[in-house]
Order: sequence, then structure tokens, then C-alpha cells
Amino acid sequence: MLRHITKPALSVGRAAVSTAAAPRTKYGGKTTVTLIPGDGVGPELAESVTTIFKEMAVPVEFEMIDLNREQLKDEGAFDYAIKSLKRNGVGLKGVINRSADFRHHNVEFRGNLDVYANVVRCMSFEGIKTHHTGIDLIAIRENTEGEYSCLEHESVPGVVESLKIITREKSMRIAKFAFDYAREHNRKKVTCIHKANIMKQSDGLFKACCKEVSEDYPMIKYEEQIVDNTCQQLVINPQQFDVMVMPNLYGNLVSNLAAGLVGGAGVVPSKSYGENIAVFEPGARHTWMEMKGMYVANPSAMVLSGAFMLKHLQLHEAGDVLIKAVKRVINRGEVRSRDLGGSCTTREMTRAFLAELDAIHSE
Amino acid sequence: AVVSTQVREAVVSTQSTGYANVRPAKSVPGVITPYSAEGVDCVIMRENTEGEYSGIEHTVVPGVVQSVKLITREASRNVAEYAFQYAKDHGRKNIVALHKANIMKMSDGMFLEQCREVAAKYPEISYREMYLDSACLKIVSDPSKFDVMVMPNLYGDIFSDLTAGLIGGLGLAPSGNMGKDGIAIYEAVHGTADDLVEQNKGNPTALLMSALMMLRHMGLKTHADKIEGAVLETLKERKFVTGDIGGTATNPEYAAEICRKIKG
Repeated sequence: MLRHITKPALSVGRAAVSTAAAPRTKYGGKTTVTLIPGDGVGPELAESVTTIFKEMAVPVEFEMIDLNREQLKDEGAFDYAIKSLKRNGVGLKGVINRSADFRHHNVEFRGNLDVYANVVRCMSFEGIKTHHTGIDLIAIRENTEGEYSCLEHESVPGVVESLKIITREKSMRIAKFAFDYAREHNRKKVTCIHKANIMKQSDGLFKACCKEVSEDYPMIKYEEQIVDNTCQQLVINPQQFDVMVMPNLYGNLVSNLAAGLVGGAGVVPSKSYGENIAVFEPGARHTWMEMKGMYVANPSAMVLSGAFMLKHLQLHEAGDVLIKAVKRVINRGEVRSRDLGGSCTTREMTRAFLAELDAIHSE
Repeated sequence: AVVSTQVREAVVSTQSTGYANVRPAKSVPGVITPYSAEGVDCVIMRENTEGEYSGIEHTVVPGVVQSVKLITREASRNVAEYAFQYAKDHGRKNIVALHKANIMKMSDGMFLEQCREVAAKYPEISYREMYLDSACLKIVSDPSKFDVMVMPNLYGDIFSDLTAGLIGGLGLAPSGNMGKDGIAIYEAVHGTADDLVEQNKGNPTALLMSALMMLRHMGLKTHADKIEGAVLETLKERKFVTGDIGGTATNPEYAAEICRKIKG
């Protein structure tokens, strides 16, 4: 049994940058967090996390909320999930496949809960063969406005207008988050990614806000780069990037691109923050519907997201040892799921993580 | 690039609108990138007149800016028609439409609807759709799986720079702007490289390849093929190549070597 690693770390004040130590739902010494497995391969990945947490006996209770396509037909189910996250303040999440109607559930989650900063750290794994090595970048994406405002209308038949909204308030907020995050994590440079040469007012505003905030952080180098050049640079020389801050759509593209560079959607976790809420989920959000129920998906990203959630809950020992175990299994390269060139199932990967946790315990 | 924006605007502003921007990206022998082994050979068809580049922005109240992305049935149809016809003419087998219709349901949705309608007319060409973010994730893992791609304006701009990066950068990437009534303007898409002015150090490959696209468009395929053979061979030998790709030759020396090879 792995009980020895469940003692909460005594260190305080290491909460994520923009989340103050908000009151957590605790009952009987355990923290309750919301778990939304999502659709597609989501439930299989969630199973991996719950299995591991149970074996590790971490003091975390999951409030599981199923939100697949069927459940989403009931408006109440979605609203309940939002309430749960507001109450618990912490969540672990898969991707919700959009329902038949016009609601954008994933987008609404972030909007409703104001989970405005999505952080995806893409770090090369020694054990994964990729086109580039030595990557360690952090993509910080404004997650509540921009192109994802979901304001569209057909002004005349055959002509659709889609609105991208950029506000000073949210741009300043994400810029400050990015610089604070860079400072907290000893990062040296923040690059603002934009397309202000074309979208002069909207991206122009975003860029101006980043520049303004950068002046308060003289120890951190600040640069600006046009998004198309960024995509080119990412495939030529990705090692040049440190922290990147950008509006919603570019964040989506850059974090997926960077995830692809270090091994794919199966290995990259992410953290998302609001004022009093933190949500952990895989960095590249794809449901992989066609593989649903087949247990071929790589649970690493989801398990790593769970580990980061433990650290957020100040359970640093447990979080750190889980991260160590997952990385060792991936780098050793013996147990590999399909996306890593092998044929192991989700459950075989999970068992490998557990075996590694045992091995670490014996060291 | 300063030049290409002006050129594009000029084409767009004429009656014969340049509606499709064609950007091929093919691995170049002699220019080794991390992606040379599996090889890149894809073509991006980018809608060239609307989308996020409509230039319609306003400050609603101080601190709140609205930028309008415009998608019309007509422009989407035009680029889709061009893409499928191009694929047919050039023996390409697959077209994938890249989009974010999960988020931008109406605008990208309309774009996809037009692609689907045109696809139905070309049963010999395989058609599918992919989220743009998925495409970014997948192409950097295995670019050999991508053939022809069609998409709205902004995605095309970003994604074609990505594919240019896969083959070695914008210095090697050609493009063509196709207009109605047969108007076509070919251009390199890199910048003006002000730091290299009057030193004969610029790499003319992108412009040269664009010119070859133009020759093919004009029906001068034999000439284009001959020149292309000479260019690729020169690049492969790496004896007379420019500084940006690791050589020491000047622009005229590179061109002279190509001419020598053409004369054979």
C-alpha cells in the first residue's frame, strides 16, 4: 500500500499565482473535487486517475459528474456541474463533446466560471522520439473571450458575421497572470503572440496591454511575435520559446502544435485558473470519439493533470511522486500506448504507473 | 510581408477578385529539416478575400474591441471549387478542410457546407474535415499524411507559414493568388529582408518557384519542369547555395549555376 505519501505537505503559500487560498470543501479530512470525465475516451482516462488515487490513498474525494451527449440534453445536468465546480473550487476534467443544440459547453464552462488562464507546459520527454528535443515552453492562453465569444449571426442569407471580442480588462488580466507566472516559476522571457498587423484594433489592444504590464517586470525579457511566424518558428527552432501569452484562438493552435512537438495529446497536461477556481485537464483537448470504449488512449496527460491538481491542493509529496512515476514510465519506453508507437492499453499504462510508484516507494 | 499585402490588396480590389491563395510546401533535397525524412508534399488552399481579414473592427466602448470575421457562401464556394479542380488537375487524391466549426458554428459551418457540396461533385477525390488544432498537432508529428488542405483566410495564413517551416522556411515557399477571369499573381511570401538589400545575398528560390507555378498555369509545363530540375539539383549539391540555407554563394552565383544546369 502506498499510504506513506498521503501526508499533506506542510508548506503553505504555494498556491497558483492567481488563486488565493480559497476555502476548499473538506469533509472528514478529505478534499472534494469535481471530476467530469467528459465524452469519447474521457471516462477511460478518468478511470485511470481514480484507480491510481485510490491505490495511493490520497485524501481526495471525487464528486463525479457524467456529462456525455445523453446527459447534456438535460439542461440541469450542465448547470449542476457548474455549481459543483463553484462549490468545490477544484476540478479535473475531460472534454465534453458538443451537444446537438447550439450550446458550447466547454466554452460555457470557462466563461461561467471565469477560468480565464489556461497554462500548458510542453516539455520534451527523453523517451519519446520526436522531431525536436530540448523543448520547455509554457503557453498561456486567455480562455474566456477573443474568437470564442460565440457571437455569430447571418446578417443576410449567405453572409455570416462572427465576432471576436478583445477587452482591455481581460487582456491586462492575462498579461499580469503570465508575468506573475513567469516570475513565480523563474522563467526568463515572455513573448506576446498576436496578429496586430492585420487585426490592428483587437490584437493591437491585446499587444498594448502586454507591453504595458511588461514594464512592471523589468527582470523578465518581453518580446512580441506575429502568430504565423510563431508557428513557423515552432517547427524550426522551438527551443527559443519560454513563456508565451496569447488570445484564445492562437492559444488553442500554439498549445496543440507544441503538444504535438513533445509527444502529442496523450502526454501533455494543463492547468486552468480563475480567481477562486482551478481546473486540470489534458492540454490538447480532444475527445477521440472513434476510440470510445476501446481503452487505447494514453492516460498520461490525464494522470499528470491529476498530479498537478494534487500539488494545487498542497499535497506536494503525492503530486511529485506521481509525476516522477509517469515520467519514468514514459522515458523508459517499455510500456507504450498506441500514440507512442506501442500497443499497450490504457489499463496497462495505468498498471505501469502503479508499479513504478511501488518501485519509487522501495527506493 | 509588405510587398505581398499590397499585391494581395491590389488583386482583391480589382473586379477579378483573387479569391484563392495557393501555397505548396514540398521538401527540398539539400535543405535538411527534422521533417526531411518522412517528406512533406502538401498544398494549402487559403480563402483570400474575407474571413478575419475583412478589416472590420470597432471600439464598442473604450476598452472593448469587436473584430468581425466575415464568411460568405460565395467566397467559400469559390475557394472550394478551386481546391477540388486543382486537386483533379494535379493528380492529388485527398482534400481536408480545416476549421473550428465546433466553436464558430455558423461561420466555419458555412465554409464546411460549401466544401461538402463541392466535394460531392468530385467523387474521385477523398474529402474529410479536421479541426484546425488537431491538424496542428498531427502535422508536426507526421506531415506526410497531409495532401491538399482548404481553409478560410486566417487559418490559411497561419498554417501555410507552419508548412513552410516544415520544409525550411519562407525563403523556399512559393505562392499564387488566383483570381476570376484567369488573373493570377504569383509571389514569394517572405518579407522584404531590408538588412540584405544590395548585397546579392537574398535567396531567390521562393520567387523562382512562384515563377514556375506561373509557367505551369500558362501551360508551359516542360519549361517549368526543366528549370525546377535544375533548381532542385543545385540545392541538392549545395555547392552554390545562399547563406540562409547554409551556403556561401551570392544570388547571381546561385542563378548562374542553375542556368549552367539548364544548358546541360
